[in-house]
Amino acid sequence: MDRRLSHSETIGLGALGLMSFIGLWAAISGFGLVPEQFLPTPIAVIGRFIDLFREPFAGFTLQQHLSSSLMRYLYGLLLAAVIGIPLGLAMGWFRTLDDVVTPIFEGLRFIAPIAWVPFAALWFGTGIGGPIMIIFAGAFPPCLINAYRGARFVEPRLIEAARMLGTGHRRMLMEILFPASLPSVMAGVRVAAGLGWQSLVGAELIVASAGVGFMMVQAQASVQTPTVMAGMIAIGITGLLIDIALRQGESLLRHRLGAD
Amino acid sequence: MAAIRFDKVQKYFGRGEKRMHALSNINLEIEDREFLAIVGPSGCGKTTCLRLVAGFDAASEGSVSVAGKPVMKPGPDRAVVFQQFALFPWKTVRGNIDLGLRNKAMGFEEREKRIADVLKLMNLETYADAFPHQLSGGMQQRVAIARAYVLDPEVLLMDEPFGALDAQTRVVMQEELVRLARVQPRTVLFITHAVEEAVYLADRIAVMTRRPGRIKELVDVKSVRDAEKWNRFERIEDVMDLDSFVHLRTGIWRSLREEKNG
Repeated sequence: MDRRLSHSETIGLGALGLMSFIGLWAAISGFGLVPEQFLPTPIAVIGRFIDLFREPFAGFTLQQHLSSSLMRYLYGLLLAAVIGIPLGLAMGWFRTLDDVVTPIFEGLRFIAPIAWVPFAALWFGTGIGGPIMIIFAGAFPPCLINAYRGARFVEPRLIEAARMLGTGHRRMLMEILFPASLPSVMAGVRVAAGLGWQSLVGAELIVASAGVGFMMVQAQASVQTPTVMAGMIAIGITGLLIDIALRQGESLLRHRLGAD
Repeated sequence: MAAIRFDKVQKYFGRGEKRMHALSNINLEIEDREFLAIVGPSGCGKTTCLRLVAGFDAASEGSVSVAGKPVMKPGPDRAVVFQQFALFPWKTVRGNIDLGLRNKAMGFEEREKRIADVLKLMNLETYADAFPHQLSGGMQQRVAIARAYVLDPEVLLMDEPFGALDAQTRVVMQEELVRLARVQPRTVLFITHAVEEAVYLADRIAVMTRRPGRIKELVDVKSVRDAEKWNRFERIEDVMDLDSFVHLRTGIWRSLREEKNG
């Protein structure tokens, strides 16, 4: 940072940026520079966004689409955390496990979640299983990597203290490595939450019934661009809210652990 | 049988060109219930000696044994008190002390009793449910000592335990340790670079050379302490005033200074 700003200045500049962005958007779309279907006006999009809460589209209202998306998302994220965190911690503790799993993991983690769509549909169907697998594919790597790094970089003295107290493997993982790497694990879950949410649209391309991604795909098919954009706004706002909630949770946890 | 025994111990760190000779032919026997302090210039390998007994590092040659058994890995029969306390910040004072007992699969009532006793012994009763970061440095080190004492270990390994404390707290803790040694005598291996602390606390002092560390001299403090009745004084400054104390301290200082100047 090259300068210091007061809180109100920061908010002011942020608002200015946002206004200019919307202004530019309104100018391009409003003065007929591009066809309206190509880029709908902000007012049309916001109007559509509000309408979608009352008028069902593709069978459901926006909040129904959202809640069905959130449900899948939570399952996928939970699964990623429940498998990724313990596995990452264990890899950080057991060298053999690390040596066995790391090459597989490093090979797989650069495959974009959306690339799993065909197999997700084939293996787990287009009901709930397929989309969960896509979200899982996005959320799993950061859960695992951060737990692993957290466990590897625990203060060595604490591990020595636990060892001299006769702590066994299981208790070492649960009572020493996990709490010691909790800040790193939490950061990983936050990144995972973001990536998982981003994978959602990809996941819902293969879902036939409901969800924000599904809604957008349906709207795209009938060239209803304001609806597509309203879906994008819903995804953006929800993602932001999830991140804010997790940040709050993180700082609460740090406070409880006396890390501050 | 000696409580701790170093037998022709050599320790190297690293390999090839970068290999560093840390300890050279260490032979040392620490008797049961003896308080032995190792002093030496920084980097001489005194902490390495302690880490070999703790089982954190292994000797390159020779062997280290405790109560007749060679040391293989860390364990609660050799409790360690670290310079930086190494308390678990997410556990309360009670939780920190309890971990070692739970690892021994001890029953709840027995654990509660032992914890209550050690909290009383260390004057920590009112802090049982506090977290380490809520305590001062001196209090944290009391907890670390309690965590070690409660295990009823064969030997107690203390690695510059008061090095991170301010001067006044250090004095309080030194007096406390003397009191503890009277109430519950233990075999103690104590690492320090503070000569006065060693003379005040130890029965015997091993003076080490610069790297590669060897034991240069063994100084018997206990016979002097008993003969001159240091025990009649409660306060450290009164003991430090005694001619017998000053004499021992100066002797060790000279011995160390030769090392520092090479």
